[in-house]
Amino acid sequence: MTASAHTRADERAHIGLTQREGEGPDPDEAAPIIFGFWVFLMADLVLFAVLFSVYAAMVNGGQGTAPGPADLFDLKIPFVETLILLASSLACGKASLALKWRHDRGRLLAWMGLTFLLGAGFLVLELRDFIQLATEKNAPPQASGWLSSYWLLLGTHGLHVAAGMIWLAVIAAQVVLWGLVHEVKLRIMRFALFWHMLDIVWIAIITVVYLFGVQS
Amino acid sequence: MTGPRNEEEHEELRRERRALTIGAVQALILTCAAFAIPATGLLTGLAALAGIALLGVLQIAVHFRWFLHLDLRRSHRHDLQLVLFTVLIVTLMVGGSIWILFDLHDRMM
Repeated sequence: MTASAHTRADERAHIGLTQREGEGPDPDEAAPIIFGFWVFLMADLVLFAVLFSVYAAMVNGGQGTAPGPADLFDLKIPFVETLILLASSLACGKASLALKWRHDRGRLLAWMGLTFLLGAGFLVLELRDFIQLATEKNAPPQASGWLSSYWLLLGTHGLHVAAGMIWLAVIAAQVVLWGLVHEVKLRIMRFALFWHMLDIVWIAIITVVYLFGVQS
Repeated sequence: MTGPRNEEEHEELRRERRALTIGAVQALILTCAAFAIPATGLLTGLAALAGIALLGVLQIAVHFRWFLHLDLRRSHRHDLQLVLFTVLIVTLMVGGSIWILFDLHDRMM
């Protein structure tokens, strides 16, 4: 028993937190499902990578006479947005630990709720930024090639965050209605992967769009 | 029944909590460092861009390692191969597109 638990800790069947022995879903049973979700995540990452290459092409020579990054970007909001997403990732990690180690649903739901609220906070800031760009700052998507690619990249990320929040709310309802059955546990595990992956995309956006934008 | 049931599980929980804390702290430091470059103006020009890019890549690695738990264990080779193959595809698509588009841009000048 001890020996097998030891093997399990050293050689997990899949990446990420495996559920505890005897509480399921069994790591071997979860492995193909988690791996399948990684395939989706990587495909999604390729989508973002292509949007980044469009952005890179447009930021050099696609700006025309419309306002450019140096005119539009103020790093305060993106900095706060980054901190919010980081906190949301931390809350999501806490939810994963609560799922594995605690058997009270309250704590799990509280962390999921915090993850959701922080995601909502991010979206509110982003929407406010979008509205300002489209109105006061005269920088709607159609103003230049660069702005089209900026709106497309940021909008795709924002839509992912919004979709993640809907997904999270649905899973939370399932936790309440059905309890922590294996299917629900697997969904929480996959949601955590999705949420952490979106954070990685955001780091790339911060670097390529905002920090490079004000620096060059 | 709550919490770890034996010594092994205590160790496992401690390790998993630690991973989350390390990840959050490292990510926070790297984020602040990256934003500090334009804010302080310590680095300029190409050095600043290189510094920002390096910090961004490091932070992505930190997120993969501590939040997504990706590592180099033998039992994870399939997942690692998937990620590395994606990196290859991304490099080809992004690198290739940028090369062609920048070349086109130069010729249009």
